[in-house]
Amino acid sequence: MDNLPIKMRAHGVDFFYGQHHALKNINLDIAKNHVTAIIGPSGCGKSTFIRLLNRMNEMVPNTTLTGKIYLDCLDILSPCIDPAEVRRRVGMVFQKPNPFPKNIFENISYGLEVNGIKNKQLIEDRVVESLKKSAIWDEVKDRLHDSALRLSGGQQQRLCIARCLAIQPEVLLFDEPCASLDPISTRKIEELILELKKDYTIAIVTHNMQQAARISDYTGFFLLGDLIEFDKTEKIFKAPHDSRTEDYITGRFG
Amino acid sequence: MSLFRLKEKIIQGVFTVLAFSSLLFLVGIIFVLFKEGLPIFKDVKISDFLFGRFWYPTYEPPEFGVLPLIVGSFYVSLGAMFVCVPLGIGSALYINEMASYKQKAILKPLIEILASVPSIIYGFFAMAILAPFLQKTFNIPIGLCTLNASIILGVMATPTVCSLAEDALSYVPRSFREASFAVGATRWQTLIKVVIPAAGSGISTAVILGMSRAIGETMTVLMAAGGAAIIPTSIFDPVRPMTAAIAAEMGEAPVGGDHYHALFAIALALFLITFFFNILAEIISRRFRIKLGLSG
Ligand SMILES: Nc1ncnc2c1ncn2[C@@H]1O[C@H](COP(=O)(O)OP(=O)(O)OP(=O)(O)O)[C@@H](O)[C@H]1O
Ligand SMILES: [Mg+2]
Repeated sequence: MDNLPIKMRAHGVDFFYGQHHALKNINLDIAKNHVTAIIGPSGCGKSTFIRLLNRMNEMVPNTTLTGKIYLDCLDILSPCIDPAEVRRRVGMVFQKPNPFPKNIFENISYGLEVNGIKNKQLIEDRVVESLKKSAIWDEVKDRLHDSALRLSGGQQQRLCIARCLAIQPEVLLFDEPCASLDPISTRKIEELILELKKDYTIAIVTHNMQQAARISDYTGFFLLGDLIEFDKTEKIFKAPHDSRTEDYITGRFG
Repeated sequence: MSLFRLKEKIIQGVFTVLAFSSLLFLVGIIFVLFKEGLPIFKDVKISDFLFGRFWYPTYEPPEFGVLPLIVGSFYVSLGAMFVCVPLGIGSALYINEMASYKQKAILKPLIEILASVPSIIYGFFAMAILAPFLQKTFNIPIGLCTLNASIILGVMATPTVCSLAEDALSYVPRSFREASFAVGATRWQTLIKVVIPAAGSGISTAVILGMSRAIGETMTVLMAAGGAAIIPTSIFDPVRPMTAAIAAEMGEAPVGGDHYHALFAIALALFLITFFFNILAEIISRRFRIKLGLSG
């Protein structure tokens, strides 16, 4: 990469579910304040990879992880690091919108409260600020005390983004955030991601080639647990190095 | 109409009858309870029946006040709650949140076995082991008392509470937990602030059904509660819960007499109480499923 500052770095990462070798010697750098897309056919390990970046896969029993993952220069896999601390700095938005069965306000304030913020005014400011940043404020400002489950899917997903932003992470991980959304909501989320990249470092898993092309600066192509190719998005889509990458992005295999 | 069609029709008819037979039984039971229970109120006023403090059905003249029996039932069941709620919910939390796969594989079936032990065995246990132990420990005249019955009923209801509460916890979608962890919450915070509130009404349903089980239980209280039809003033007083009264007295009550009808009236009251609890549980659990978006 062109000497950009690196925010996160996976170095020689291998990951197993039981005996199943899900990721094989992955080396990938995520550039600061850029969008990195992860593409590849279903089951190739995209989710597995992105969930390593905030230590989410630890909850899956019977897994093995070797290699190093750095956040700035912090080795996040080191045994003396608290996973909760990593997750505070590396936020995550999931494929299916997953607001809590609480009201809209509480959905956002939750992350602040569990992180020990008690000041009511500060909490309120942060809630409003993050709702504004995730472009949902206008739609919910009059119903902050309604159940979040009553929002539409697209609104719920933006609420989940707001929940993530409220604790002021440095990196945002998106695992197919638009998979369950309609084209208009998808558009909104994409615009939002482009907006957010000014302040955050973003990694996004997507099945949608156009989406990767539209919003990402770098793209990594995974296949059966291998990182086949990783380069500037332009390069990947216009002149891929590897024939398998080309086959995939031109839709010759899925 | 072809023979095939006819066969289809008959098969469908048979299954319809089978499906509705349980409804038929329910209606039949309610009908009999009312028919045999209501005649007592020709001789005894409802208020005297429900709030009368003396249950002397075989005296001359007899007295049919069931308050001691009702209080006995509630007292014993309430006591049972103090045992089965912490035990049941505690073990549900452990199984759901902390147990390893291996432990879970052992604990769940074990608890189900506990639920299938015949109640007479619990009764034996209460009579032969627990009662003498209580008698010695608390230095009381007899061990067969409210406390004894409460403890054993509580143990009996624990599997119900535990397994229903565990179901409620496991219905909480994994995505809620993930969302909580993803904002840096600890396991403990996730449990207290997300999982338990989300499972809350499911857990209350478990408690209500446990209570309902305790109130309806007969054999154990017959053996363990001491059998005195008095309004208890302490946990060491013997009591005679409604179920125990019916079971003990039905054989000696002349068919068609006042005592006989009075026992049916008690059964009716019991039926209504458990019916109420079950309806309540159903309403709460439906709200719970809607809340979690699991459909109504
Ligand atoms: N919890 C798990 N236990 C065992 N194997 C798993 C688990 N999660 C994923 N796998 C396996 O690991 C491999 C990679 O899965 P992963 O979910 O990372 O794929 P993916 O690229 O995100 O696929 P998709 O595009 O369908 O989401 C798959 O073969 C999958 O079956
Ligand atoms: Mg995936």
